Amino acid sequence: MELTTVWFALIAVLWIGYFVLEGFDFGVGILSPILGQTEPERRAILRTIGPVWDGNEVWVIVAGGATFAAFPEWYATLFSGFYLALFLILVALIVRGVGIEYRNKRGGAVWRQRWDIAIAICSFLPALLWGVAFANIVAGVPIDAHKQFTGNLITLLNPFGLLGGLTTLLLFITHGLVFLALKTEGELRNRANGLVTRVGLVTAVVAVAFLAWANVQTGNAASITVAVAAALALIGALVANRVRREGWAFIGSAVTIALAVVCLFLALFPDVMPSTTDPAFSLTTTNAASTQYTLTIMTVVAVIFTPLVLLYQGWTYWIFRKRVTVQAAPAKP
Amino acid sequence: MDPLMLSRWQFGITTVYHFLFVPLTIGMAFATAGFQLAWYRTKKESYLRLTRFVGELFLINFALGVVTGIVQEFQFGMNWSSYSRFVGDIFGAPLAIEGLLAFFLESTFLGLWIFGWGRLSPRLHLVTIWVAAVGSAISAFIILAANSWMQHPVGYEVNAATGRAELKDFFALLTNSTALITFPHTIAAAFMTTGALLTGIALWRLIRRRADDEGAFRTTAKVGATMLLVSGLLVAVTGDIQGKIMTEQQPMKMAAAEALWTTEQPASFSIFTIGSLDGSQDVFSIRIPNLLSFLATGTLDGKVEGINDLQTQYEATYGAGDYTPNTAVTYWTFRLMIGTGILAALAAAWFLFGLRKGRVPGRFALATAIALPFLPLAANSFAWMFTEIGRQPWIVFGLMSTASAVSPTSSTFDVLVTMIGFTVLYGALAVVMVGLMVRRVRDGLPPAVADASLEHDADAALGFGY
Repeated sequence: MELTTVWFALIAVLWIGYFVLEGFDFGVGILSPILGQTEPERRAILRTIGPVWDGNEVWVIVAGGATFAAFPEWYATLFSGFYLALFLILVALIVRGVGIEYRNKRGGAVWRQRWDIAIAICSFLPALLWGVAFANIVAGVPIDAHKQFTGNLITLLNPFGLLGGLTTLLLFITHGLVFLALKTEGELRNRANGLVTRVGLVTAVVAVAFLAWANVQTGNAASITVAVAAALALIGALVANRVRREGWAFIGSAVTIALAVVCLFLALFPDVMPSTTDPAFSLTTTNAASTQYTLTIMTVVAVIFTPLVLLYQGWTYWIFRKRVTVQAAPAKP
Repeated sequence: MDPLMLSRWQFGITTVYHFLFVPLTIGMAFATAGFQLAWYRTKKESYLRLTRFVGELFLINFALGVVTGIVQEFQFGMNWSSYSRFVGDIFGAPLAIEGLLAFFLESTFLGLWIFGWGRLSPRLHLVTIWVAAVGSAISAFIILAANSWMQHPVGYEVNAATGRAELKDFFALLTNSTALITFPHTIAAAFMTTGALLTGIALWRLIRRRADDEGAFRTTAKVGATMLLVSGLLVAVTGDIQGKIMTEQQPMKMAAAEALWTTEQPASFSIFTIGSLDGSQDVFSIRIPNLLSFLATGTLDGKVEGINDLQTQYEATYGAGDYTPNTAVTYWTFRLMIGTGILAALAAAWFLFGLRKGRVPGRFALATAIALPFLPLAANSFAWMFTEIGRQPWIVFGLMSTASAVSPTSSTFDVLVTMIGFTVLYGALAVVMVGLMVRRVRDGLPPAVADASLEHDADAALGFGY
């Protein structure tokens, strides 16, 4: 296999890692003020992602860095082109990260309440915007002969892009609900578990519509197969959740997100950013790639360190595998 | 203002701001790890409480360091897409590797440390903070290697067909002489910054709240001041070597540091100058003979080339153009970097003296103690301004100009929106962050709870978890 293809696949892996992991973080962030009715509950909800959210977020940094290293033209066109959308994502990620870390650094109901709302909004925004961005990447955007994006923020907010955004948003909320059902106890767990089915069914409808539309536009046999598998995984997750097998449900929703990303990348290949202006201007795995030498070095580094990262991140999840209990007493005066 | 100027301001603002937290993250991680190691070895309760105290300050700082770091990686593509296209083959690799090797390590193990109290064995828990600290140092090396390539490109070739710089020798990039000297300089500066923060905080406690935990804060003040002094010395030594390497690689930057317009042998160094620095008129200055020669070449009578001669040379090499950076900025930032660093070291020496034999400096030292943490922070900022602005008009020295690096797609409106957005957001977060730090310092040392029996509450009770 060509190294450029290997790196296309590796970047897909990094985005899968990001969306599967930070996906439930986003969901939990959005849900905390809605699902948590009391301060100890909201606190317990955020605790479920406490030890892991920062490690989860590193996946996007590595995905961005790897795109820069392996496909500089893709990185340059995408990041300069989707300028204001990425700005909004950055602002949201900043406020959200600070919020999660600072929320309990001070007492006071108002302080916590403000951060809870900020965390929810700033989890909502990227959950939506990443979907908008990926839908537009797959469908293609106006790119000129010099590999420059010629649209603006409004260009991205087309029906297909917005449907993509709604899909990731709903998928992450479902994923977050399943995660909360898995990681909490008692009343909170029951509430999350009950919501999974209702939200999950809406998600399934929207996601199927989005993946179908994507496949109609640029699909192939492989991407269609994967899309069907993604839909089945989501149904499986909902069924497993219904019978209170929340571990399996979580695996199901994680697989759903992973397969949805695989589907989009399969539909994209061998382009990395198709041009709607003229197919000849499209960025592809070949014309956007780095040299063989750089790709070789990157491959060696990735082959050694990616399994290591998976190992110690997996170990973290194992260490914190116990369900989080809602504690009556507030943390600090 | 045009997108170029705005993009430069944005990079300056976001990078200097980000780098307020970076040195503290590196230094405080090691300081926390050090206190925890001391506790692990001696089982003294005060070390545990100090670990908690310093660790908490570290985390408040780390949160901002992390989130502002994401902007750093994204803005190369957002505002500097032509740069990204030109150097992506070389510059992207260290960024990706930094994430894969360092950021994952840092964030994952820090998560383990924060929530691992009472859940991991004391030994394993100690290891997690050390791994996180080492991760931050690895990250520093890799990103400095990337920056050093912009200062002094090595191991590359420019492909004539594509017009892009291509990596030929990754090992050369990692062993770039600029990187090898910048790394110890930056790490030493990080410890200086941390030493200053610890000293300032501990002295404030000792002067204002002497009754509470005097012993622990006395230790902290001494550790901090010693750290500041020793690392200050290392900063000076490495900075001196760095200056000589810089003079070889970027002679214009050294000339601009002195605003030396005509070549001199031997060259004197001015402590300060009154008047203009553009070489147009005579100015009043206080000068130390031969010092610039020594700084630049290592000999007292070495020749230091002036801006005018270098401008002529650069024109011959790179074609017509203005190759002189903003000399007023380079001149003053160079002096302010050194000056604030020396002031911090002097204050540390004074405090160490004032703390001898159970004494505590009087209230007159309070203002200095409060100001102390800001001195190395200022020095760091001035240092980056100096080295980045001193490289202008180049973004990659000798290879690519900053003017040609900016995104052609950026409109003034876009960059203005993001610049104002980041600046306002960063300003607000700074207020929140400093407020939390001050609150923690006022609260003093947390109680000593590290009992595994407390399991759930151990971390929560101290505000470590959520």
